[in-house]
Amino acid sequence: MNKVADKLPIDITEIRKQFPILSQKVNGNPLIYFDNGATTQKPLSVINAIDNYYKTYNSNIHRGVHHLSVKATEAYEEARRTIQQFIGAEHEEEIIFAKGTTDAINLVAHSFSKAFIHEGDEIIISGMEHHSNIVPWQMACEERKAVLKVIPVLDNGEISIDDVQKLISDKTKIIAITHSSNTLGTNNPIEEIISIAKSKGIKTLIDGAQAIHHQPVNVKELDCDFYAFSGHKMYGPTGVGILYGKQELFKKMPPYQGGGDMIKTVTFEKTIYNDLPHKFEAGTPNIVGGIAVAEAAKWISSIGFDTIQQHDNEILNYATEKLSAIEGVKIYGTSKKKGPVISFLIDNIHPFDLGTILDQLGIAVRTGHHCTEPLMDRFKIPGTVRASFAIYNTLEEVDVFIDGVKKAKKMLS
Amino acid sequence: MTIEEKQNQIIDEFSMFSDWMEKYEYIIELGKDLPLIDAQYKTPENIIKGCQSQVWLHADLVDGKIVFTADSDAVITKGIISLLISVLSGHSPKEVAEAELFFIDKIGLKEHLSPTRSNGLLSMVKQMKMYGIAFQAKV
Ligand SMILES: Cc1ncc(COP(=O)(O)O)c(C=O)c1O
Repeated sequence: MNKVADKLPIDITEIRKQFPILSQKVNGNPLIYFDNGATTQKPLSVINAIDNYYKTYNSNIHRGVHHLSVKATEAYEEARRTIQQFIGAEHEEEIIFAKGTTDAINLVAHSFSKAFIHEGDEIIISGMEHHSNIVPWQMACEERKAVLKVIPVLDNGEISIDDVQKLISDKTKIIAITHSSNTLGTNNPIEEIISIAKSKGIKTLIDGAQAIHHQPVNVKELDCDFYAFSGHKMYGPTGVGILYGKQELFKKMPPYQGGGDMIKTVTFEKTIYNDLPHKFEAGTPNIVGGIAVAEAAKWISSIGFDTIQQHDNEILNYATEKLSAIEGVKIYGTSKKKGPVISFLIDNIHPFDLGTILDQLGIAVRTGHHCTEPLMDRFKIPGTVRASFAIYNTLEEVDVFIDGVKKAKKMLS
Repeated sequence: MTIEEKQNQIIDEFSMFSDWMEKYEYIIELGKDLPLIDAQYKTPENIIKGCQSQVWLHADLVDGKIVFTADSDAVITKGIISLLISVLSGHSPKEVAEAELFFIDKIGLKEHLSPTRSNGLLSMVKQMKMYGIAFQAKV
């Protein structure tokens, strides 16, 4: 019965009912969960899929003749096809189950580099990357004696296509960049970057960890070579992620890890590797994770990206406006093209102090460098406070958060 | 006062607060009384790195007693350090090394000393005790 709720495109009360975790109190106050950039909460459909798997058909896959194993294998491979459709991939062999975004990027940094990167070659990343999209490339550069180049971040948290063009040389082999920044919220112009890269025969990897549940992603239309994301940030479980890659590239890349499932035949003289996608999936995978992340994708589709984006924009604009009205607040990342993420500081107040007071009020935000230390150095700050929103967040929660920020500011200054 | 008596006194003081806000306001106030580390000791070697807030700690041995000075970039952290220093400063190295710190738990700040908090406080307590052990060799 309040005005602000009417602004949102869906009945959030109904959605919240599907997230049992949200109805608890923290430090005596109703939990307000604004740490969705770190991980999202899980809807009942995902929780039930996990429960149902363990209660009724838990079994190892790809190796049994018995009923349960066949059932689990079918569910796992069906999950792969669900993800394939979710991101518009042409072939199911192009969907690799990994542990998460980090694991997926490491796979590419290792196997792609081994096949395609040679001494003196160049790899381009951006200045706003998560450590997961920096360190694997530094390791690859060290291993292959290649050079890492960084697209600078502008004051508003965007990058410029001119800068990208300037960095590209005939030595550039791959551009690895985030679709949406976990710290600044910036949605990068990846369509343009991919098309420039393509015209020069350069491969692209998109880190989709923060984008996959906020905007429709179609890898075929994007025409990127690799796209990586995590289950746990898209309402699915931890410990599972997806690496999309073009089939012809995957075929030319050596395996990342060796073990069961990724082989056709093993003798001590010679081992024949399995076909895609199994070549990149050594060992017993996170079977239930794969099944549950597909369930999460279905759940997102049932809400629909139109609704999700309307909601994201509404809550982002509302919170940005209210927060900006507080004296001393500085928001980092002011691009017009943003996901629902607000990083900010107030005067000289340390993010840790602000986060501690908000926690007392039952409000969960992230404080610190958000695994983007070079980006913090770029802005010459030790860290920020970050509020990041998901579909179950409401404008009323934003109001409580804003009151909390004001209270904390008063206590801390 | 012994280390134990000092801790009991703090527990008594904190028992008077009726809500968390009063408690945190008091902690923030205490931070202002922190015996600040001399600028010359505010070096990278004396930094205790938590993931989030940083703590600088220095110790001197004066007439057989340890005197701690410190600083932090976060005011809540500073307040808690101030409490820790008020408890441990002015005692012999042996007393510091063997001190059992029970007050943090009793005044409801336990989570600040948990390893997951990554604010440097836990490492700071360890470092204070290390000074106790190291100085024992000197007295
Ligand atoms: C942009 C971005 N990339 C990569 C990652 C790493 O994801 P994960 O820890 O799930 O592997 C994150 C998670 O924080 C992220 O936000």
